[in-house]
Amino acid sequence: MLLIQQLINGLQVGSIYAVIALGYTMVYGIIKLINFAHGEVMMMGAYFAFLAAVAGMPIWAVFLISMVLSAILGMVIERVAYKPLRSAPRISSLITAIAMSLFLQNLALFIFKADPKVMPTIIKNNPVTIGSLQISNITIITFLVSVVFMVILTIFISKTKSGKAMRAVSQDTEAAMLMGINVNSTISLTFAIGSALAALGGILYAIAYTQVMPTMGLLPGLKAFVAAVLGGIGIIPGAMIGGFILGFIETLTKAYISSRWADAIVFGILIVVLSVKPTGILGKNIREKV
Amino acid sequence: MLQVENLNVHYGKIHAIKGISFDVKQGEIVSLIGANGAGKTTILHTVSKMIKPSSGSITFKGQNMSNVVPQKMVEMGMAHVPEGRRVFSQMTVQENLEMGAYSRKKNKVEFESDLDEIFTRFPRLKERRKQHAGTLSGGEQQMLAIGRALMSRPEVLLLDEPSMGLAPILVDQIFNIIESINKSGTTILLVEQNANRALHISNRAYVLETGKIVMQGLAKDLIENDDIKKAYLGG
Repeated sequence: MLLIQQLINGLQVGSIYAVIALGYTMVYGIIKLINFAHGEVMMMGAYFAFLAAVAGMPIWAVFLISMVLSAILGMVIERVAYKPLRSAPRISSLITAIAMSLFLQNLALFIFKADPKVMPTIIKNNPVTIGSLQISNITIITFLVSVVFMVILTIFISKTKSGKAMRAVSQDTEAAMLMGINVNSTISLTFAIGSALAALGGILYAIAYTQVMPTMGLLPGLKAFVAAVLGGIGIIPGAMIGGFILGFIETLTKAYISSRWADAIVFGILIVVLSVKPTGILGKNIREKV
Repeated sequence: MLQVENLNVHYGKIHAIKGISFDVKQGEIVSLIGANGAGKTTILHTVSKMIKPSSGSITFKGQNMSNVVPQKMVEMGMAHVPEGRRVFSQMTVQENLEMGAYSRKKNKVEFESDLDEIFTRFPRLKERRKQHAGTLSGGEQQMLAIGRALMSRPEVLLLDEPSMGLAPILVDQIFNIIESINKSGTTILLVEQNANRALHISNRAYVLETGKIVMQGLAKDLIENDDIKKAYLGG
């Protein structure tokens, strides 16, 4: 029974990692950049939600405002920090991403101060008891909301014209340009969607742990990055799978080994994946036909 | 239809294209031939606005193209089939063709009839419409790349080394396809290393050497020219 209880907890943590990992993987897919500022976008998203909740907005408005503002933030970050470096060596954009991450963290520190703020209760904790299992409604909501957004994203990417254009740009930017696809706006759209999903992760995280603080994006951001690599960076279903696997591993480690070991094991996985199968679970080596 | 005047292109300090002028008239097949590194691909990229020239003018359908962004070229009626085919390998054949029609207004009926037309021209693609483009053979990928470009209903089609890396029987097929596309009304600017085959289907040709045009004329005259024979036609 404890195992099932833990797996359910893992599902909650995992779905948060999965939605954050999606943004990492989408951005990597389209401009081959590990956007290290992604965790900070998640943190800003949580603060946006915090402010909206403090202002007494209804729950749907809290989600909407936070996700829209974060989408705009993501597009601005791309425009200001990454676009000018698009033809520069990749290491330049990577360093810029780290700088952007530190900048946002310090900006939050400056605006919101270092002390954690208590996230107002926007969803009342109301555990559901099934047999001897106790499942929090927050767990269920977190899981369902994440899955709904993942389904929407999957349909968007596979069926719509803009979604297909996104895939085309990520596979061959120059060829996409020859098709008449506007590459700049496609990249902007990718950042917007990825950042809105990061905000979603941030809100769900803030609800689960009932607090927001400027450094809250750091660890979940890094873990989501591990999840994206684990699933195969650049591959969208990979990010979802990686997120859930990571959530399970983390909660099971906490339950059966030691909570102090959880982070070490999670990052240990990154090392193992990179040395055994660097392309991740769903990654394959793409061969080029000449 | 297409006029290029006094075009210069630099890659850093390298002067890749040195004052080239040429033109393509409606309904023609015009070839740019020359050895590796002569600048043929650079010229095509400049014409489709993927590379900015350092000087010179490109006029398409009487309009100066210097301030047109690359993604507008397709809308204006120019499609470019890049060297090495460059199909979207993780997308299906059908999705690749949809991307070819990206710039066109959404019109389901028109799209379906264009798709049918492509599938009639390339029956192999129809059989494989649900397959990822990366799983196609080289010849099929070339057909897809051409089909994808045709989905934008271009008035001018730029083709970069369409026969590269293909088996002789497929080379025949590709050249037949190019001729038939031209017969159905599309003007063609062709870049080829296979000068012999290119000249046989072209109206006119320009011979390039290290960024300059060294000879030009009717294709049928160039085939008979002794210098050309020696340098490009293997005899």
